[in-house]
Parts: sequence; C-alpha cells; structure tokens
Amino acid sequence: MNICVCIKQVPDTTQIRIDPETHTLVRAGVPSIVNPYDNYALEAAVRLKEQHGGSVIVLTMGPAQAEQALRDCLAVGADEGYLLTSRRFSGSDTLSTSYILSAAIRRIEELRMETFDLILCGKQAVDGDTAQVGPEIAEHLALPHVTYALGMVEKGGSLRVRREIDGGVAIVETRLPALVTVSKLPVEPRYPDIRSWKKARNAEIHILSEEDLAELDLSLCGLKGSPTRVVSTYVPVREKKGLRLTGDTADETAEKLMELLVRSGRL
Amino acid sequence: MYNPLTEEIAAKIRAVSDHTFYGYEVNPDYSRDEMPIYGTHMPEMAVQPRSTEEVAAVMKICYENNIPVTPRGAGTGLVGGSVPLYGGVTMDLSKMNRILEYDLENFDVRIEPGVLLSDLVADCMTRGMLYPVDPGEKYACLGGNVSTNAGGMRAVKYGTTREYVKAMTVVLPTGEVTRFGAAVSKTSSGYSLKDLIIGSEGTLGIITELTLKIIPAPKEVISLIIPFTDLGTALATVPKFKTAGLDPQAVEFMEREIVLASEEYIGKEVFPANWNGIEIEAFLLVTFDGSTKEDVNRLTDEAAEIALDSGALDVLIADTSTRIRNAWSARSSFLEAIMDQYELIDECDVVVPVDKIADYMEFVNRTGDDLGFEVRSFGHAGDGNIHIYQCSNSLSKEEFLAKGEIFFDTIYREASRLGGLISGEHGIGHGKTAYLAESVGEINVELMKGIKKVFDPKLILNPGKVVRFDEESL
Repeated sequence: MNICVCIKQVPDTTQIRIDPETHTLVRAGVPSIVNPYDNYALEAAVRLKEQHGGSVIVLTMGPAQAEQALRDCLAVGADEGYLLTSRRFSGSDTLSTSYILSAAIRRIEELRMETFDLILCGKQAVDGDTAQVGPEIAEHLALPHVTYALGMVEKGGSLRVRREIDGGVAIVETRLPALVTVSKLPVEPRYPDIRSWKKARNAEIHILSEEDLAELDLSLCGLKGSPTRVVSTYVPVREKKGLRLTGDTADETAEKLMELLVRSGRL
Repeated sequence: MYNPLTEEIAAKIRAVSDHTFYGYEVNPDYSRDEMPIYGTHMPEMAVQPRSTEEVAAVMKICYENNIPVTPRGAGTGLVGGSVPLYGGVTMDLSKMNRILEYDLENFDVRIEPGVLLSDLVADCMTRGMLYPVDPGEKYACLGGNVSTNAGGMRAVKYGTTREYVKAMTVVLPTGEVTRFGAAVSKTSSGYSLKDLIIGSEGTLGIITELTLKIIPAPKEVISLIIPFTDLGTALATVPKFKTAGLDPQAVEFMEREIVLASEEYIGKEVFPANWNGIEIEAFLLVTFDGSTKEDVNRLTDEAAEIALDSGALDVLIADTSTRIRNAWSARSSFLEAIMDQYELIDECDVVVPVDKIADYMEFVNRTGDDLGFEVRSFGHAGDGNIHIYQCSNSLSKEEFLAKGEIFFDTIYREASRLGGLISGEHGIGHGKTAYLAESVGEINVELMKGIKKVFDPKLILNPGKVVRFDEESL
C-alpha cells in the first residue's frame, strides 16, 4: 500500500505562554513540532505499511526549517520526505494550500512512477484548527474522503474506517484510492529507535517548488491567490458570573446562601 | 511532659493569629502524611500563618506553655515527619505561598516556604530559568523539600536541595526570629547553621522564608528510553555513562511490573512491553541537556552506543516535548500507581554506591520473596538512591508490619554493609528513628541530640522525629 501523509509543522502549543502584561501569545523560543494529529496519521500509515507492505511518503508545505518536521517523521517509519517550499506559496489560506498540496501529490506520483492508494492527514492543525485542508485536497484530486478516523483496515481494495461522531462511532467503507483525516488514535505514536533516528538526521529531503509543479496556476497560490481575509483576531472575553459569599462564620455564610436561594425562588 | 492545649491557651494563640482551627474544627488530614502505615495522630489546634511574625508569636506562646508544635507543608512526606505525635499545634505553612522576588543578576529567588515545587518551576520557566531539583512529588512545598533535603531525578547532575539554598529566615522553638546564610555563593563564616536546618525535618526551627539559587534553563533536552532483558544488565550500564564523561541530567531505572501498573494508572502506553518478541524486564530512562541540538545529539549517539554495547535491546528517543513529557509522566506516577494497587504499603529510600545497585537489588528482591510479599522498586540509578516498596493485598496488617520489620532491618543492614545510608531524600520522620540510630551509631546520635537540645531546649518542636528523647511524652 502506497500512502502519502500530509503534515504541518506547528508551534508547540503546550509551550505557548500568554504575556502577563500584554495578554498576547509569546511565540519567541517556542519550539516547532509536527502537528500532533499528523503524528497519529503517520502512525496509522506506518501500521498499514507494516501489515500490507508498500511505502509511506511524508509531504509538507512550509519554510526551509519545516525540513526538521519531515526528519521527525522519517525517524518513526516514513520512507521519504518532500518539502514544498517557495516564497510564492507563503500566506496561502486553506483553499490555496490544498490546491498546491494536491498538485504536489500528483507530481510526486509522477516522480515515483506509482500512484498513492491512500492519502492521510491529521484531522486539523493545532495552530489554525480549521480542519479544512484534508477534505479540500480530496476535492482537488476528485477522491472520496472520510474525516475524523480512529482506526482503519484495508480489505480487498477498499478501506473500512472507524470514524468519530458525536456520542459514538460510525463505520464507513470507502473504495481506494481515498483521503482520510485522522483523529487521536487509541494508541500513542511510537518513539523513534536509535537507528532510524540517526538515519533520519542525515536522510535526503526532496525539495519541490513552483518550478517543479508545471501545471500550477500561480494566481491561485500564496496570499494573493487566497480568498480568505483575516479581518481581526481577538481573545474572546470570558465572563465570570460566579458569586462569592463571605461572612465571619460558616453559619453566617450559609444563612446568606439560604436567603439568596429562597429569594430567587430556587428553594 | 507536654501540657494539654486548653481553651485558655487556645485563646492566647487566637489573640496573635487570625488563622486558627481548634478541636472539632481541625481537618483530619493533619493527622497523617502520605504513609499512614506509621499511625495517625491529631493535633489539638491547627494554625495557618501568613507571616513570619505570626509564626513567631504562636511559637512563643507554645514555648511558654510547653505545647508541642509540628510544622507541616503539603503533607506529601513518606515517613510521618509532619504527624503530630503528641498533639499540640500543627503549624501549616502552605498558605505562606508567595514567590516574593527574583534577582536574575545573582540567580536567586526569594520565596515563602509554602510555595509548591510545581508552581516555582513553572514560574521560573517563564523567565527562562530552572530550579533544577526535581523530586517525584511535584506538589510538595519548598519548605518541606528543604526540610528533607529533597533530591529527585536531576540530582545526578545538579545535586540536591542543599546546593540551592542560599539563605533562610527561621523561627526558633523559643519564638525568636533569625536568619541563616546569605544571598552569596561562598561562605567560610563559622558553623553553617543553614546547613543544619536543611534536612532537619522541622525539628530545629520553622523555615518562614527561603532564598533559593536558580540557573538558566538548558536550551535542549533529550530523553532516552532503554529497554533491557533483565535489571542486572540495566543497572550495570549506569556507571558507564558517567565514566564516559556524558554527565546525564537524570538516570532512572524501572522494572516491568511497575511500568505496566503506572501506565494503567495514567491510561497511556508509552514504554514498549516487548521488543521483537523478547519480553522487556527493565528500563533505564536517561535525560541529557545541552545548549545546542548538536550537543544533545552527540551525547545521545554516545550514550546509545554504550547502552547497546552493554546489552540493551534498543534505544528509543524522546526528542520532542510531548514525547519527553509522556515518558516522564509514567515515571512520575509510580508512587500513586503502587498506592492504587495495594492496600498495605511501606517504603524506604536507601542510597548505596552506584556500582553496588545491581547486587543490592538482587538481595532486596530475594529477601522480599523469602518473606512472602511483593517488592516494587524504582529509583535514581544515577546516584544510587533506590525507592523500595513493601506491598501486599493478602497479609493482615500485623503480619505485614512484623514481616516489614525483618525486611527493612535486613535490607538496611545490607545497605550499610555496602557503604550506604538508610535515606537518600525522604528523611527519618518517626517511622525510621530506630533504623537511623542503628545506622549512624551511638556517637553520632548523641551529637544529633546535642544539636537538637541547643536549638530546642524544651523539646517542643516536632518531637519524636529524627532522634528520640526519653523525656518526649505526654
């Protein structure tokens, strides 16, 4: 089974702090990591490869330092990494990003002279939280897609996916090739072993830019090609509606509470 | 010898403190710490002071009236150190929990003793600083950490609490207030009274303020999970890291059963149970830090080579914050996991020379087997400090205690024979006083008693702990 996993390098949101004075995010010194849901997607891919053979390709779009995210994936079972990088791509919204990624997927298929049976994405990136890029890639590639996967099994050319829904699980079957976005799996992604970790540090990363993607319409790429406009960002106001009762003794406070409950008709 | 805390004395204490609880108001949690096997005792009164002056005023009244006083922080001790054996007042310092001031040019921070370790560490991190002492219990108060000279995971590289205490304000058993140490890095100025207080388990004075040393946080950290087919091979590997000059920040060892129990407890599988079909029986968890990625990568390469040459099955790498956090969260939950699994537990935290751990652990496990209960062990392999738990769900409490006495007697004696000590970081409390006397000998016990009497002539501060006096009784 040939699988392409699309990943994104994101800031480690567990280490982002709020500046106590300006109330803005402090990004300085915050390390970059592979988006956690993408790690689950990769784990799912590597497990399918271990079962059925084939290969796992990881693809990311981002600046040059996103190479490290690809190496992290190579250390835990991915076979090759592709970095899609160009100034023309920067500022892309989800529509533009998915357009470029889909063109890159086709190009990688040409370069490798084989098609992908399955494309996996994390269900969403923890920095943007849109969950749009996966399904949009599927549309650009005219593939069926399943979102929020908790597990998947391949059987005779089709894929059976356990899918997270409100209050339960749905089982969906799709023909292959298909695109699946992956939620938090019941298993944790594996740790790299020393051999793959060392190998990944020196592995070759394939670089792709707009020059490698002949069919790409550059007017649909980057900030200019993105219909999304961010008008403003703000921290939602948190309203505290609690009431604090105080008194000299516990009895006194309890009486106040009692009075309040009776007066409000709740007792 | 001690007086009961009458309503009249209680009124005097209320006159100097607005934060008192008397009789039925006293929270029963004050009767115990986290190791209730040593028995529970209620104080007659609890005080939650907010200032040094308040502590001193209460202490003075107790001194004048011969009322025993037991200082207490978060109550996370394991040897009954904060249990008020003779009633009296429990001085709960957990509300004195302000971080007062950083001096980043002199690398120190001034705090009140009730600040939780987890809060201090998090607050230092926002300034790019590290308080490096890292005991397993993150929700302990710093005052308690100092009183037991807490060690923990990073002691192998950064040392124990003692190395990070620059100065302190102390209320003496008489109610007098004094200051020990200074916010400087060297001293040759008479007996180090500060160092006497560190590790004295609240028997010499009550710490009401601390100036602690902090260091710039290392920029890069990496952890290695190293699986082995047996504990002996794992432990034999430990000294080789240091010999090779790798200077790990932490080297922990853990056995299969405790890892499985802990993973079940936290609901997360981190450590592999087997490797290519071979059952893994023991792990080392090693952490390196450095200023660049290249530094830690090089250390990792060298450590991995040493481990594999010494018989490790593989070396797994935790190089992202999530992976590191997951690996260490399993390690940090060992105590809770054991408590969750067994009805009866007792523990000790002996420290033996690093090169003797393997032999010692074999001796401990054999002794436990012979006595017919389960033994769970883990610990700081890098500095020879081992946490050994006697566990049972089938023995009666009497049987458990009787067998425990033989067990601890035997393994303490073996630790001493190998050149070790009976506690690396948990302290003596009242659970281990007899063992301390045997381990350090009569001359040293008499010296300790002499010191105690100089500080506390009436023997009212945390009586019955560390060293025992015949006069200590009701």
